[in-house]
Amino acid sequence: MSVTAPSRPPGAATRRRTRPRGRQALLGWLYATPTAVFVVLLFAVPLLLVIRMSLSKWSLLRGDQGLNAPDNFVKAVDHRFFTDSVVFTLKYTALATVLLLALGLGLALLVQESSRWNNLLRASFLIPSALGLASASLLFYVLYSPYASPLAPVMDRFGLTFLGSPTAALISTTFLIVWRYAGFYMVLMLVGLQGIPADVYEAARTDGASRWQTFRKVTLPLLRPTLALTTVLCVTGSLLAFEQFYILTKGGPDNSTITVVQLIYMVAFQGQNDLGVAAAISVIVLLALILINALQMRAFRSEES
Amino acid sequence: MSTTLGRRTALRSLAGVLAATLTLGVAACGSDEPSGPSAADAGPTGLDDGSELTLWTRAPLEKQAKLLVDAYNASHQNQVKLTVVPNDDYVAKVGAAAGSDGLPDLFAADIVYVPNWVEQGLFQDLSSNIDGLDFKDSINKGHLSAGTREGKEHVLPFVLDLSMLFWNKQLFTEAGLDPEKAPASLQEYAAAAKAIQAMGKDGVYGTAAGLNCGGCLLFTWFPSIWAGGGQVLSEDGTESKLADETAQQVYRVWHDLWRSGAVLPASAGETGPTWTAAFTEGKVGLMFYPATLLSSTPFDAGVAGIPGPNGGASTFVGGDGIGISKDSKKAAQAWNFLSWMMSEQAQVEVLAKNKDVVSRADLANNKYAAEDPRLVTINEVAGKGGTPVALNFQQAFNAPNSPWLTLVRNQVLNGSGDLKKDNDEITAVLKQ
Repeated sequence: MSVTAPSRPPGAATRRRTRPRGRQALLGWLYATPTAVFVVLLFAVPLLLVIRMSLSKWSLLRGDQGLNAPDNFVKAVDHRFFTDSVVFTLKYTALATVLLLALGLGLALLVQESSRWNNLLRASFLIPSALGLASASLLFYVLYSPYASPLAPVMDRFGLTFLGSPTAALISTTFLIVWRYAGFYMVLMLVGLQGIPADVYEAARTDGASRWQTFRKVTLPLLRPTLALTTVLCVTGSLLAFEQFYILTKGGPDNSTITVVQLIYMVAFQGQNDLGVAAAISVIVLLALILINALQMRAFRSEES
Repeated sequence: MSTTLGRRTALRSLAGVLAATLTLGVAACGSDEPSGPSAADAGPTGLDDGSELTLWTRAPLEKQAKLLVDAYNASHQNQVKLTVVPNDDYVAKVGAAAGSDGLPDLFAADIVYVPNWVEQGLFQDLSSNIDGLDFKDSINKGHLSAGTREGKEHVLPFVLDLSMLFWNKQLFTEAGLDPEKAPASLQEYAAAAKAIQAMGKDGVYGTAAGLNCGGCLLFTWFPSIWAGGGQVLSEDGTESKLADETAQQVYRVWHDLWRSGAVLPASAGETGPTWTAAFTEGKVGLMFYPATLLSSTPFDAGVAGIPGPNGGASTFVGGDGIGISKDSKKAAQAWNFLSWMMSEQAQVEVLAKNKDVVSRADLANNKYAAEDPRLVTINEVAGKGGTPVALNFQQAFNAPNSPWLTLVRNQVLNGSGDLKKDNDEITAVLKQ
């Protein structure tokens, strides 16, 4: 700064005002560069690559062999598991979202007051969230295995199966997810609950509102932003479900538990080895996610206003 | 000053990032020629000049691969670095490496994928080297032909894995069966399984199978079809014959076994990782089992070829083939490993010593085989076995949701489904 100052031309008065702004803008750019570089490298470039793949004949072992749009999209939609996987993913998403949100809110209400026991409860609900999803899935893989599980004698006696039938596999996997994520959603709900001012509850009590009325008319409306956040998180996460099914069921039994992301993995790496078609499904999923999230945002916003 | 400096640094770093991205992009697209001497120029045994070679294989063959690599490293200047990849991730890993020209010098492939991978150009042509081997005619035919395209060989047998009928002699004795006599047909197999089940011993089952694992099923059931005189695929590998009479007889026997409760219940959901575990622990009377596990089976087990519905014997000559990758710049050194691997030293003193099957027929009657008659049985049946060749094999059979798996599960577990329709689905995939 001090070096450039002496050589300043006479018309410096006007520039003095613009100069700092230019410098600030540059500084701003500088500060933003690291993030921008990462966004470009880790988000924009891969996204463009996937779009390019989805428009090209691109096999896993042979690489890019030129454009062939829209063949990949036709093949993706015609895939023998496409409809099944979409239906299953939606079914699973609905089930997981309802269970997780209800349970998350329920647990949060249960441990809302801070006491020694509640702190212990909160911690124990949250512990599963510290486990990686893949490790948790492996843990349950053993628990559910009719061969290695400690529950094997029980399963044997009552003819139970955890992963042997389509319904059992769906329920068992959902149970794993609820076990793994309920604590996480509880924490989010707790934060929301603690953001509700105490005097609103006091006013409700003075007006003689019952517990249920307080919950319906005070807690739920004031919790809307939190509910919006958790719903978006849960729906998006469930639509992209992969690890739990990949490890526990591999899409079985009898192809009844194939999620959309698993279908992408299957097409890309397990047999068909066609990255083009896999990218096409990815693009379809991306568009669906954007649409679904936009709808959710709008739904929560319009109720708010 | 600081401003200009800042701007310059910013520009420079941006340019750096751009340059790095471009280089990466170019590196990923360019296909550079191998720079070292090619395998063919290096003479019959290649070069042993202290280079470091990389080798990839999949987890089921880890034991054999480790033995071979350790023995080679101990006796050569070249050093092979072994990478073992979980079975399910292997294709993805090879595919990703092939796309970015990052394949290791040597890599093994499940023999049923070899035709496809050779066609995709992942292996270097080794025909002049292999033609130079004076024992070429005794190398396992199934493996060699799987890696042959347009008359050029690309792949040598790495480890042979045969499916055999194994039975637990102690459980046979307890059930009043002759522990020294193998069931001669699939019918007798089923009868033996039911007899062991009928003992009602806690936690013991007649037989087991990987009923949710396409690879396990083709490995163990195709031989029954061959032994019965049937075929599984057409010559060119584009048509499935798995709805034919012999195949139907096989499904019927297994459907009956499953309904009778003589099959380990966990088999229904078994996707592969633990499909042999119950037998190894002595909890299963008899099963079709991989011969590579002979050395790690802790109890007295009998071994025979896999019978057909009415007798006969056959086996699936599986396992992995190995070749030099398209990306290797040390082909001459890699050939040194391959030529050593085929030598009597490696085949007998490493593989046969570990009770593994040798991949050269002229070495089948070695001194270790003489000590264990079961190895003689395995080596004999190896000659009668088959290795199916089809380009879309993985998708049609091995994939977790392959149409083959649907067919078997419909036929055996559910006892329903349209056999012809399920079979046509396999053909449709094979033709793609």
